[in-house]
Amino acid sequence: MTPPSTAPAIEITDAARIFGSFAALRHCSATILAGTITLLLGENGAGKSTLLRLIAGLGTPSRGSVRVFGEAPHLLRSRVAYVSHSTMLYDELTALENLRYFASLQSAGPQCACSSGSPEMALRAVGLDPHLSRPVGQFSQGMRQRTALARALQTDPDLLLLDEPFSNLDVAGVRGMIDLLLDFRTWPSKSSPAGRTILLTTHQADLVRPIADVTLTLRDGVLAREESVRRSA
Amino acid sequence: MTFLRHTASHLAKDLRLEWRSREAINGVLFFALLVVIVVSLAFDPTSNPTLAREIAGGILWIAILFASITALNGSWLREQRNGVLDAQRLAPSAPSALFLGKVLANFLFVSVVELVLAPVFAVFYNLHPLGDTRLLALILPLGTWALVVNGTFFAALSLRARSRELLLPLLLLPVILPALLGSIQATAGVLTAELDAGYINFWIRALLAYDIIFTTVSLLLFGVVLNAE
Repeated sequence: MTPPSTAPAIEITDAARIFGSFAALRHCSATILAGTITLLLGENGAGKSTLLRLIAGLGTPSRGSVRVFGEAPHLLRSRVAYVSHSTMLYDELTALENLRYFASLQSAGPQCACSSGSPEMALRAVGLDPHLSRPVGQFSQGMRQRTALARALQTDPDLLLLDEPFSNLDVAGVRGMIDLLLDFRTWPSKSSPAGRTILLTTHQADLVRPIADVTLTLRDGVLAREESVRRSA
Repeated sequence: MTFLRHTASHLAKDLRLEWRSREAINGVLFFALLVVIVVSLAFDPTSNPTLAREIAGGILWIAILFASITALNGSWLREQRNGVLDAQRLAPSAPSALFLGKVLANFLFVSVVELVLAPVFAVFYNLHPLGDTRLLALILPLGTWALVVNGTFFAALSLRARSRELLLPLLLLPVILPALLGSIQATAGVLTAELDAGYINFWIRALLAYDIIFTTVSLLLFGVVLNAE
């Protein structure tokens, strides 16, 4: 297993995100090292999703800064993948059609999008038959969740951001997903020698904690606790 | 090349989605047919062919305009479902490629509706155009492009608003008015043959200039609209 490096993948410096009079995030500072798995915990409304969206480049901090691999997040679209609460998939298309479409939007061509495998391979990796003719809208919640993860993995990202990726999965499904994430972390990366970085939020902390290198806890928009944990997986 | 490839991907996706759901074409077609038939019943244009030729251009464009607004609103709602718009924002692809792909798709949908509408229109209004009908092959696409490019842009702009169904026509109608006027004048000119060829050509050139200006501005500004928080 690749040891975590000392190179930062994510640097959050005094970041705040304010919506009108509501501060979703306040004075957040943290450094997440490349090649680590970081678990972001917190109650509903603590600001976990807001922080993930800032790191993904889907928003800008009202104050402070967020850097990903030393750059502004919106400049690193091809190196970061984000899986949110929503599936980010078209219900009318099949899983393979969805993945092929998003692969075709990668800047250097479809072959680049699949450097770690094709859309078919990404679907097989998450345990789905790529040739299912049913549209995604007719999938179960668990299948949709896995298709969403396949969409993210097929882009071969150096940083994977997962917002509640296990919320619709049973225990066996969660274990399968954890094995997949551990496997993904070891995929060779040309642009990140320290290995892949994963940041995820979940309410099923007990299941995920054994694989995490670091646990961050958010409370009322403030990073309340940072804890280094030993990875046992 | 990359831009064109991404545009083609967006276009193919939108055509596939429409083929599966037929939301846009069905909505536009039924609304446009309804307007054409209701107006024909109200005015009985078959009894007065001269009047029919004079008002037909206006009725045709008004039917296309209002019917298109429903489709244009819906075209971005698909992107909003399941948070797909966030995936579009995160993709390493130019926002303008997404916009152009959607404009092309909407243009094809509305053009198909116009092709179906034209014979129905001719029958219900007992139309016998007196001018050079070949010019309609220029006027209709130019007018439709003006409507679709602005409609797609303003539909994206009003996407996050609560009353977007109301907002789109409010934003679109003042901007589209010059193009609508040009399309109606040029179409009426062809149907009645009362306007000289130079006057019709002026409106065609004006429509072309309008399309170039508004397409360029929309392509340049769409990234700001897409990434607005």
